[in-house]
Order: sequence, then structure tokens, then C-alpha cells
Amino acid sequence: MLENTTEVTVDTLLGEVAIRMGQKYRFVTVTCLDGGDYHEIFYHFDRDYQLVNLRLLLTKGNTLPSITGVFAAAVIVENELQDLFGIKVTDLSIDYGGRLLLAEGAPQAPLNKTRAAEAGTKMEVIEKSTPQGAVAPTEEVAK
Amino acid sequence: MFSLISNILKNAFSRPATRPYPFQRRQRPEGTRGHLDIEIDKCIFCGICAKKCPSNAIEVSRDPKSWTFNRYACIVCAYCVEACPKKCLSMKSDHEGQIQPQEETAGTR
Amino acid sequence: MSTQAMSNRRSVIPFGPQHPVLPEPLQLRLVMEDEKVVEALPAIGYVHRGLEKLAEQKDFQQVAFLAERICGICSFQHAMAYSMGVESLMNITVPDRANYLRVIWTELHRLHSHLLWFGLLADSFGFENLFMQAWRCREAVLDIMEATSGGRIMLGTCCVGGVRKDISAEGLDQVLRVCDQLHNDFDKVVTQVMNDYSVKQRTVGIGTVTRQQAHELGAVGPVAKACGLERDHRVTGYAAYGQLDFKPITEQAGDCYARTQVRVRELYQSLDLIRQAIAKIPAGDIMAPVKGNPTGEIVTRVEQPRGEVIYYIKGNGTKNLERLRVRTPTFANVPILLAMLPGYQLADVGVITLSIDPCISCTER
Repeated sequence: MLENTTEVTVDTLLGEVAIRMGQKYRFVTVTCLDGGDYHEIFYHFDRDYQLVNLRLLLTKGNTLPSITGVFAAAVIVENELQDLFGIKVTDLSIDYGGRLLLAEGAPQAPLNKTRAAEAGTKMEVIEKSTPQGAVAPTEEVAK
Repeated sequence: MFSLISNILKNAFSRPATRPYPFQRRQRPEGTRGHLDIEIDKCIFCGICAKKCPSNAIEVSRDPKSWTFNRYACIVCAYCVEACPKKCLSMKSDHEGQIQPQEETAGTR
Repeated sequence: MSTQAMSNRRSVIPFGPQHPVLPEPLQLRLVMEDEKVVEALPAIGYVHRGLEKLAEQKDFQQVAFLAERICGICSFQHAMAYSMGVESLMNITVPDRANYLRVIWTELHRLHSHLLWFGLLADSFGFENLFMQAWRCREAVLDIMEATSGGRIMLGTCCVGGVRKDISAEGLDQVLRVCDQLHNDFDKVVTQVMNDYSVKQRTVGIGTVTRQQAHELGAVGPVAKACGLERDHRVTGYAAYGQLDFKPITEQAGDCYARTQVRVRELYQSLDLIRQAIAKIPAGDIMAPVKGNPTGEIVTRVEQPRGEVIYYIKGNGTKNLERLRVRTPTFANVPILLAMLPGYQLADVGVITLSIDPCISCTER
């Protein structure tokens, strides 16, 4: 267990983040793990070389509110969460729609473990985006 | 003005900054990691080097006895050299010379 | 068409991903009004290799080699941050000599990184001669790294438990001689250039950010130090830094010139740290025995040449890691880059982008 960790939920997240901002913490990064049927998300903040963390358990399929309203620097890492873990983040200041790191034809949400367990059967692939910029529904391609 | 003239004279009469390769080659210091070499007669085909290799460049099989090395996959880290119980692997310093396009097999026994 | 209507039209110019000034592919979509940048949008992903996923498939000692190869410029510090994390998880105490050797190699790596950057910055405003001279100084650093560790950039020496190779007394003397030679070279090549009129024209007052912006956007490394924020993770005393005497370097102006000043002074500071470490290095073992597998989670931070890198490592008792997460300093400096660009001309975009020292292969892993 990491030290200085506070548990938050999707509802209390923005409040706790705003408190950290008021206390002059610097935003460091967001770490995400795949825990089976939930994602474990850590928000790391730093002040005077001391790290504090907020821990959030997000059930798969739920959306995550963005903290870019409070910490604008989080935009890049929250887009990365969308790409690599398939988490839908709402209210992003700049939304790449899952195309920040991964190109078309790349496997979807590659860092999720449960996807890797089905290797050999099916692989979902990111489709070409439509002209409006929205990502089209994916098709399942036989591996 | 004076520094300009001294600069011109220095540039005109000093040696070039580069080495006349290939007539004079750079000597690599001892212990530089260049390429992997094996003394196949000492090898007991235990497979420890294949397990330790971070890039899976070595394939060892006990039956039939063979030790295969993919030079393109090798990251020249010398982890296998440390791990070998019979000390038959060694890291040579130079990495010039032609590499054969197919996988190199160091031999079978 | 009236001139009024023409000057209100905006155009989007893609800066990158292929650009002579950039060391690695990064695209900045610049929204321009005539010659001035109004807004910038980054697009990355050209060198995404999925290394965090690959790290879950290698055993935890092989991941030290993988961590080294996340980046070629800050490679040793990656291996060191990873090794320090796993050592904390497994309660391994690294011998003192190994800590000092790690500091020596880290500071040599910092020298090579700053010299590489200095050459690229000179190239970005067209000073190719200085580019070549800076890289010529850097060759001396690469040669000494090869002589002491076996590799010019991927040293391959830092691993879980300590270091794999020792430096003999003759090797340490050779390092000291190279430090003296580099000190002379820096005085001739690097410091004199900082007073040059043309260099100042291209860097003073360009890409200015305030201290408040740097704090809010989470800037790290020399970008934050140039705005007066004293953020250098080495003061926390990891490895052997606790026994060495140094002070983080700061400047106040927050422009490209200040960032250059910080890195030039860090060059001299690195030479000083290497000399101190060689003077104090004790005799002893270089490797502690490693038994078992890592369990639990930990966060480690190390000061890379570009700033603070944070490693999150989680082990689950098997020889493969559960999760390895790396956030490199350039990743944290991208938002501040977007705040630096508006208001400056297109010709300055290259200089501003290089002044944050972008290492995109680190950013994307």
C-alpha cells in the first residue's frame, strides 16, 4: 500500500483535487492498473518532495470525470488513459478520442489484462475515424 | 583582429579533427561489449543463457543438442555471459565485419 | 480583399513530426495568425513502443535492461530509478560503493545529455559549428563511459542489487583526467557562447513563462528551475547524493536563455559532483544478493537531466511484475510548452520546443 493515500470516489474526486490545488500541491501524474472488473487509478501530487496520492476504484464501464478543469496539465495523461485502458473520460479540455498514442489498426485498450487473457480468440481493433472525428464502432476481427 | 589571425593560422596548420578511417581504426577499450562469442565445445546446453536473455536471442535445445543465436535480436548486454555456469560465452570488443543474413548457429554436438 | 480581412485569417501549420530541429518525432499543430502563433496542439504517438506492457512479460531482473532502453539520452537514470524501486520493495540494501558508482555514471550521463541538448539548441538557431563542437566535447564523455562500463550510451551496469561492473583505481583516475579536460572545453566552447550577441538575440525574452504558470502546469527540471522554482530531486539524498555537497541551480527569468543558463551551470555542477564522488568512494562490494520476488507497490523518483521521473512498480510475488508505470519529465513539460508558444513567431518555435529538452521516446515509451 502506498503511503499518504486517500481513498476517493468518482463523486468526491474533484473536491479532493481542488483541495490539493488550494494547498499548493503540484500535479505529478495519474497511474492506472487493471484490477479485473475495476480499474485502480492513483492521482499523485507533490509538495516539497513529499508525494500524496488519491486512490480511486472505477468499475469497468463507468466514466471518469476529468480533472483538467482544476489541473490543466492532466490533459495528456488522461487522454493516455483513454487510449491504453479504454476508460472513458468526460469533460476533457482537449479530447483526442483515443488516438493520442495509438494509431488505427492498433489493438484496443492494450494494457488491460483481461483482454490479454483472451489472446488467440478475438482482438478488437480501432477502426478508421469518421470525418467528424468521432471513432466509429469497432468490429471484431478474428485473430 | 588579432584573435582572427591566430584562429586562421591555427586552423590552417593544425591536424584534422578526424581519423583517416579505414587506414587508422579506433581502438576500443578493453571490456567494451561488441559481439557475443561461444566456445561450443565447453557448452553443456543447460539453457540458462536462453532463460536469462532479455530479448530472447538465444535458443538452446537439449535433444538434439544445439545452440542458436540470432545476432540481430541481441542487445549486447552480456547478461548471458555472467550467467553461464561453464563460462563458455564471452563478449568480444569489436563489432565490425559482415553479419550473415540468416540466423547464426554456433554449432551442434 | 482588404488587408484587414487578410490579417484576421488563421492558418494551421504542422510543425513536425519530421523537422530538422527535432531530435524525435513530435507534431505541434500551430494555429497561426500571419507570423505569430496563437495556439498549439500536440500530437504524439509516432514512437509508442508499448514498453509498459512488455515489462509485464519479462522477469523483474530483465526489466532493468528494458528500462535502460526506454530512452537513449537519459538511459542510466531509468535503470537506476527502476532498480531503486525494486530494491525498496524487496528490502535490499545496496552497498555504498555501488551507490557511489551509480552517482558517477549518472552524472556522466547528465553531462552527455546536456551536451547533446546544447548542440541541438545551437542547431535550432542555425549555429551548426557550435553543434559540432558541443558534440565533440560529448565524445570525450562517451569514450570514458565506454572505457568504464562497456557501452557508450546503454551502459548495462545498473541492475537490481547494485552494479554489475566495478571501476578500478586507474579507471577513476581516467575519469578525473577527462573531467579536467571537459572543464577546459566548457570554458572555451560553452561559456563564451552564452555571452554572444546572436545567441542572446535568439534566446533572451523568447518563450517566457511565469513562476505561477510553471507551478500550475506541473513543470519539472530545468524548465521549472529557470522560473525560480527550486525543484531538484537529488536533494532528497537517494543513492550517494546525501553525502555530496551541492545546491540546486535556479534562474529567475523563465525564458529560453534562463533555461540554457541552468543547463550550462548544471554541466559544471556535474563535474563537481563526479570529483566529489571519486574523492569519497569507499572500497567494498558492488552487488547485494537478490533473493525472492518483489511484492507490493512503490513509487520512486529520480532526477533525470530533464527533470523528475516517477516510476510506479507493483509486484505480485511472481518473477513478473504486475505493473510498471513510468512518467518521464518531458511528459510533464508538454503542457508548459503549449503555454510557452502563443505570441511568438514561427521562427522561434524550434528554439522554444528545444529549450524544454524534448525526449519524445521517453514520453511515449
